[in-house]
Amino acid sequence: MCAAENILEKHSFDIEGGNFSNAGTVSTKIKSILKQKHLPDDVVRRSAIVCYEAEINIVSYAKKGIISLTIRPDRVQIEAHDEGQGIPNIELAMQQGYSTANQQIREMGFGAGMGLHNIKTYSDIFDISSEVDKGTFLKMTIHSQPVKD
Amino acid sequence: MKLREVKELLNAEVIAGEEKLDMEVKTAFGADLMSDVLAFAKAGSMLLTGLTNTQVVRIANVLDIAAIIIVRGKKLPAETVELAKELHIPVLSTKFILFETAGRLYAQGIVGCLEKVEK
Repeated sequence: MCAAENILEKHSFDIEGGNFSNAGTVSTKIKSILKQKHLPDDVVRRSAIVCYEAEINIVSYAKKGIISLTIRPDRVQIEAHDEGQGIPNIELAMQQGYSTANQQIREMGFGAGMGLHNIKTYSDIFDISSEVDKGTFLKMTIHSQPVKD
Repeated sequence: MKLREVKELLNAEVIAGEEKLDMEVKTAFGADLMSDVLAFAKAGSMLLTGLTNTQVVRIANVLDIAAIIIVRGKKLPAETVELAKELHIPVLSTKFILFETAGRLYAQGIVGCLEKVEK
């Protein structure tokens, strides 16, 4: 079946890098959209968590970014695409406790080096790619129906 | 335990969510590190914290946290209170420190939202 088929809903949101007072608003919106679709609580919660972590990453490290939400009958997909410094060593960035966060980010309670690891934990499928001085692309899939082989 | 009993136990002030004091709570998670809250706190738990920025409320919303308990008598910025009201998340504020707050709740049967951290 073609991947473009079966999209129930698609939404895109712009994220402004460095704007901490707006950080998290997109995740709140996405959560409310998913709730209205009457998806299981666990699916809504996991989607909101991965979205929030991705949103905080864009605000903390990138110039700007886009988060998109795609709802299909069997899964929720969240993509985070940013323009910014990128990640030189993805393997290192995925490690718990590794962080390059500055003081401002830490004062807000972030920068413990849990974000990407947490995104991986809460996603069923997680893809990440990055190019230094260009940006980072994350794709998180959360199944809302049991996966059939 | 009802949130109303938590309020009494902690001699807390209700900052938001007066209408939700009859909610039942059983578990809690305490931390000032929001990264760890995101990684470890479970749905339906209370969040005990000394951080007061709006992200605390955003995170509570994302994680389906039942209520936020602000410790050490911290004053909440107006925008944090507004957001909590908008997202219908109860916020209580106690003068007790995090340790004392957790101890008082634990002694009355509230347990941690996970027994130990699996690495």
